[in-house]
Amino acid sequence: MGELNLTYLIELGWIILQVFIVIVPLLIGVAYLTLAERRVIGFMQLRKGPNVVGPFGLLQPFADALKLLSKETILPAGADKVTFVIAPMLTFVLALVAWAVIPFGESLVIADINVGILYLFAVSSLGVYGIIMAGWASNSKYAFLGALRSAAQMVSYEVSMGLVIITVLLCVGSLNLSDIIEAQKTVWFAIPLFPMFVIFFISTLAETNRAPFDLPEGESELVAGYFVEYSSMSFALFFLGEYANMILMSAMTTILFLGGWLPPLDIFPLNAIPGPIWFILKICMVLFVFLWMRATTPRYRYDQLMRLGWKVFLPFSLLWVVLTAGFLVSFDMLPATAGLN
Amino acid sequence: MIESLFFYLFASITCLSGLMVISSRNPVHSVLFLILAFFNAAGLFVLLGAEFLAMLLVVVYVGAVAVLFLFVVMMLDINYAELRDGFQRYLPLGLGVGGLLLIEILFVFFNSENMPQTAPVLNEVSNTRALGLVLYTDYIYLFQLAGLILLVAMIGAITLTLRKRENVRRQSISKQNERSREESIEIVSVTSGSGIRSK
Repeated sequence: MGELNLTYLIELGWIILQVFIVIVPLLIGVAYLTLAERRVIGFMQLRKGPNVVGPFGLLQPFADALKLLSKETILPAGADKVTFVIAPMLTFVLALVAWAVIPFGESLVIADINVGILYLFAVSSLGVYGIIMAGWASNSKYAFLGALRSAAQMVSYEVSMGLVIITVLLCVGSLNLSDIIEAQKTVWFAIPLFPMFVIFFISTLAETNRAPFDLPEGESELVAGYFVEYSSMSFALFFLGEYANMILMSAMTTILFLGGWLPPLDIFPLNAIPGPIWFILKICMVLFVFLWMRATTPRYRYDQLMRLGWKVFLPFSLLWVVLTAGFLVSFDMLPATAGLN
Repeated sequence: MIESLFFYLFASITCLSGLMVISSRNPVHSVLFLILAFFNAAGLFVLLGAEFLAMLLVVVYVGAVAVLFLFVVMMLDINYAELRDGFQRYLPLGLGVGGLLLIEILFVFFNSENMPQTAPVLNEVSNTRALGLVLYTDYIYLFQLAGLILLVAMIGAITLTLRKRENVRRQSISKQNERSREESIEIVSVTSGSGIRSK
C-alpha cells in the first residue's frame, strides 16, 4: 500500500510539474501580449506606445500588474456576491484548462485524448458562462446588456465554428489533435480549405470578443460591458482570461489550418528547427493579425454582426461541409478507415 | 482507487447540485446548479470511458441549451414570493414524477443481473467511431426522425414568435453596397450667408 501511494504521488508530482511548464510561459506570454498589443497598435497609428518602463517598455506589464494588485477590490452593494466573485475565476480557469490538450510538438502534450478537438470546442463554449454570470451578478444595466450581447454573439458564431471544424475533421478522420497535425504533412489545410480558414479566423475574433466584434465592451454605449463593476484583481482575471483566450484561439487556428508544429516545407534548414518553435512562431503570426485587425477595422453594428454570423457564415460553411464530403467521397479520398471492416 | 475516488466526487456533486436546483430560492442560481450537475455528469461519462458522450453533453447541454435557459430565466420578471406560493400546489405533481423515477431506478437496481451489461470496451475502435458506425447505418431512420422532430419544433417556435412590424427601417446590405459616390453625396460651394435650398 505504501509503495502504491508513492507511485501515485510521483505521478501526481509529474503531472503538476507538466502543468507548470505549460502555464508559467503562457502567463508570461499573456503579459507580453498586452504590451505587444499596445506597441503594435501604437506603431500602426504613428505613436510610440508604452516605451518608458524598462528597456523598450519591457517592464510595463509588471508595472500594470502591480498597480492592479494594489488597488481595492470593490463588491457592489446590490451584487450577488458569490456569483460575482466566481465569474472572473471561471473565465480565467477556462482559459487555462484548454491548454491541457494542445500539442506543442510530436508527443509533447499533457493529455493526448481521443476527442481533443471536441474538448477544446467544449471549453471554449463554456467561456460564455463567466461573462453571463459577471453581467448578471453585477446588478447593473450596462453590465447586463454587455453580457447579453456577448452571450448571443458567442453562441451564434460557435455554430459556424463547429461546421468549420467538421470540414477539417472530414479531411483528417480523427478527433485527436496530434492526428489533425500529422494529416497536414503534405499540405496545410489553410490552402485547400482557404475559405474555411478565413471563416474560422473571423469566428475566433467574434468568439474572443475582439475588434471589430467587440460590441460587448462597446465603450461608447456600454461603458465597458460586462466587467464595468469589476476592479483590481477581479478585473485583472477577466483581462488575463481574455488574452489567454486569444492565444488559445490562435493555437486552435494553427492546429486546424497552419500545420501545428510542422515546418512550412520539409527541407533541411527549416526542419532542423524544433517543432515547438514553429508552433509558437505560427501562434505569434496569428496573434499579430488579431492586433492588426483591432488597429484597422471599425466596430460592427449589432444587426450586421448577427447577419454575418447567421445569414452568411452559417449557410456558407454548411455548403462547404457538403462540398468537401462530396468531393472526398466521389474521388475516393476519404482518410484511412482503419478498423472499419 | 483514484477512479472510485473521482466517481464519488462527481456523483456526490451531481446529487448535491441536483438538490440545490430545486431548493435554491433564486431561479438563476437553480440554473447555475443545473449546469454544475450537467458538468459532473459529463465527468461520470469520462470515468465510464464514454469520452465522446461526455464532450457532447458539455458542448450541447452546457454550451448551448443551458445558455438559452439562463437567458430566459434572467429576462423573466419573477416575483420570488409568488414563486413560493406555487410550491404547495405543485407538490403532488412533483412527488408523483419523482416517485415514478424512484420506482424505475429501484426496478433497475433489483433486476441488475437481467440488465444488459456495460458495452465491452474495444481497444481497436475509438468510441467516436463505434458510435458513428451504428448511428448512420442501423439507426439512420431513427436518427433522421429525431432531426425532423427538432426541425418541426424549431419552425413552430419561429412561427409563434415571428411578427411583421410596420414602420421598421431595415438595411439592405446589397443595396447599400450598390450605392455610388455620385448618387449619395453632392458637393456644393455655398456663399457665406446665403444657404442652400434642399430639393
